[in-house]
Amino acid sequence: MIENDKKDEMRFHYDVPGDDFTHAGEASGNVKKVLKQLGFSPDVIRRTTISMYEGEINMVIHAGGGEAKAIITPEKIDIFLIDNGPGIPDVNLAMQEGYSTAPDKIRALGFGAGMGLPNMKKYTDDLEIETVVGKGTTVHMTVKVD
Amino acid sequence: MTVKELAEACGFEIANGGDALDKTVTGGYCGDLLSWVMGRASAGSAWITVMGNENAIAVAVLAEVGCVILAQSAELDGQAALRARENNVAVLKSGKGAFEIAVNVAGALNL
Repeated sequence: MIENDKKDEMRFHYDVPGDDFTHAGEASGNVKKVLKQLGFSPDVIRRTTISMYEGEINMVIHAGGGEAKAIITPEKIDIFLIDNGPGIPDVNLAMQEGYSTAPDKIRALGFGAGMGLPNMKKYTDDLEIETVVGKGTTVHMTVKVD
Repeated sequence: MTVKELAEACGFEIANGGDALDKTVTGGYCGDLLSWVMGRASAGSAWITVMGNENAIAVAVLAEVGCVILAQSAELDGQAALRARENNVAVLKSGKGAFEIAVNVAGALNL
């Protein structure tokens, strides 16, 4: 949903329910529609929404859900994904392609390829991860507009 | 080539069509791991997979593939069919395996 609309800045906030694959992707899907309406380039839209979807899915699978925020300006798009899940014990390991802790039932759905965080890094210009084991994780991604 | 032309050329069944059949297909990608597909499939690809769930449709939308082709007669489940209709995603289907479908698609697209 839209929170406020300052000059040249739009903010959106979404609740991402945990273990709910039916609604997974609604936040990124909504942001995609907004970016299209605002006339951002297909490349910016694709990079933003894929990264955001990966983050949403991570929260659904690993953290029991969380919240997603998007701040859109003409120069950049900032995405925040905030959860109170178990945290990431070894971020460097989690960043490696192919590393995954997703259970088998999640893999059967096509997730758990160990590409979520690598994709988020690949498609964004900045990726910051703050995580505390037992408390939660905040991911901040920025996609710059050329 | 449009999705409809590709379906006709290769004898694929149409599991979800409508306006989405007019989309252009420019290449192909095979894979069932969703993040892998999102990270590597080019926009406009014919995505060949056995994943017929709603998350696959979500990935098809985000990756902006030209169409999904379900291999080995994999089912498009009810929720996925609904999401495909809502999001205008063309879904084709074939009894063939992914390799054979890829060969057919490559031939039709002159790749």
